[in-house]
Amino acid sequence: MIELPAAAPVDVIVTDARATDIACFPRPDQYRDLVRAFHDDGFELCVDVCAVDYLEHPGRELPEGVTPTRFEVVTNLLSMSRRQRVRIRVQAGDEQPEVDSLFSIYPGSEAMEREAFDLFGVVFTGHPDLTRILMPEDWEGHPLRKDYSVGRVPVQFKEAPGPR
Amino acid sequence: MSDPTVRVAERPDLLTAETSEGAQELLARTATAPSELGREVGSVLRLEGHGFDPTDVDIERRDDETMILNMGPSHPSTHGVLRIMIELDGEFILRAKPVIGYLHTGMEKTGEELSYVQGGVNVTRMDYLSPVINELSFSMAVEKLLDLEVPERAVWIRMMMSELNRISSHLVWMATNGMDVGSTTMMIFGFRERELILAFFEKTAGLRMNLNYVRPGGVAADLPDGWQDDVTVICDTIEERSYEYDQLLTGQPIFRERMVGVAPITAEEALALSVTGPLLRSTGVAWDLRRTMPYLAYDEVDFDVIVGTYGDNFDRYAVRLNEIRESVRIVRQCIDRMPAGDYRSQDPKVTPPPRARIGESMEALIHHFKLFTEGFRVPAGEVYSAVESPRGELGCYLVSDGGPKPYRLHVRGPSFVNLQAVPLLMRGGSMSDAITVISTVDPIMGEVDR
Repeated sequence: MIELPAAAPVDVIVTDARATDIACFPRPDQYRDLVRAFHDDGFELCVDVCAVDYLEHPGRELPEGVTPTRFEVVTNLLSMSRRQRVRIRVQAGDEQPEVDSLFSIYPGSEAMEREAFDLFGVVFTGHPDLTRILMPEDWEGHPLRKDYSVGRVPVQFKEAPGPR
Repeated sequence: MSDPTVRVAERPDLLTAETSEGAQELLARTATAPSELGREVGSVLRLEGHGFDPTDVDIERRDDETMILNMGPSHPSTHGVLRIMIELDGEFILRAKPVIGYLHTGMEKTGEELSYVQGGVNVTRMDYLSPVINELSFSMAVEKLLDLEVPERAVWIRMMMSELNRISSHLVWMATNGMDVGSTTMMIFGFRERELILAFFEKTAGLRMNLNYVRPGGVAADLPDGWQDDVTVICDTIEERSYEYDQLLTGQPIFRERMVGVAPITAEEALALSVTGPLLRSTGVAWDLRRTMPYLAYDEVDFDVIVGTYGDNFDRYAVRLNEIRESVRIVRQCIDRMPAGDYRSQDPKVTPPPRARIGESMEALIHHFKLFTEGFRVPAGEVYSAVESPRGELGCYLVSDGGPKPYRLHVRGPSFVNLQAVPLLMRGGSMSDAITVISTVDPIMGEVDR
């Protein structure tokens, strides 16, 4: 268990996750300040930003005081000097998920936030170029959402013999 | 009067109508706000507050002085389907913007449809040059959720196979990088040596690539008889040959001309862009998960973390070449110290029974059937596990809802993140340097697009 940096917002909920990293559960309005505090406290690397859609999940374990929402944005930070990881899970909202972009703190989160936007439709406020990154520009919907149906394209074989 | 819908040279809008990527496209200067240009438009590089000066960009330049060039997605030196839009002034690059997604096959979505038993087959295809390490990252995440102990021998087999895989991946890098700078000899050499390793993989796992060898609970099969001799031959050959590469490339004037001092990156820039792996180590940051956050048994073997000084192309080359030798060192220690015992966990809920048992034991038959139809259930929770792949930190974020399939499988691909450094590295360089930049960043498109 590590202590939150002194500059972090006061009422952020912290738990021990499995293994060696801790998890923080800030409210969306605390998210950016918390990440900024971690950044100034020696967490040099923003390893990963991804989103999870908890629509069909039977109920996840969350510490008291955290209101679960459908979308959750998970940010992994790494401190090289302390060899410590911290995972920040922010409840992003139900219908219109929206959190602050980390771009001005970690420019390296740019592509990862675009990916989360592309595949989940999470809007990152303050992101400089929030466009689709993996899917085609004109794609409709966000494929990794749980209510996005997995379509099938029938395979057509040219001049295939008919059913016998 | 010609038909207005026919595509002719006078109507460039029609010619390009179906090639547009919309907002992903690099726009002309006239179509871009000055503030956006000041942050180096469209490129991923906007390093405010990280030592990048926005006024450094010449925003007054007129459109007719520059040219926007599209490189890829099908270009021999982009190592797959990477497309890069480049703004050129003569031969020098002003802006660059990678456009990706051409190989996106929704592997994370597929991962939610496959059980944990099948999951390895999916993740192994992401970074197709280091399949073992992909499987390892996935398996370790599953084992963390299961709280499953892996037998000692399996740990060492995994470590040996990972290092062999790292060697083969770096060999392909040496080969393709050699190819990109015009050394076809190096290309033949690299693939020739890699063949030794792939042959050993085939002997062990049955497949040359995409092995599905590392599985939750251990590995798929024990090492074949006489593996010590095979691996010793591989080690001896590759170690010796690595000095040949040294002779062939390191001092060669043409090679040095293309590599030394070209496309440097500082440690601050690399960290700000979340870059990991050889790219980060070439800037002098000794960050290697095998050493700094040891997994498997890396804390029990001797090896050095190779770092560079200047973060240029040559340092990236030198780091990879020396990492081959360090990996050989680790593999040699694995040969000497390989413990005896099980090669997979004996937990019947996770590990299928041996084939021979199925005919004689009812329980074995049931377990076998259940494992391969339904899979095993993993306690609800979420976990992140990271390993050092040849390209950087390969992370696997797994969310389980208690069922036999991952609720969410996210792979943090090092190539995907490292690609963000490309605009920075290309900036100000010439077109021919751009080729070496793509090469030394070493993106594997299967992993970038997933």
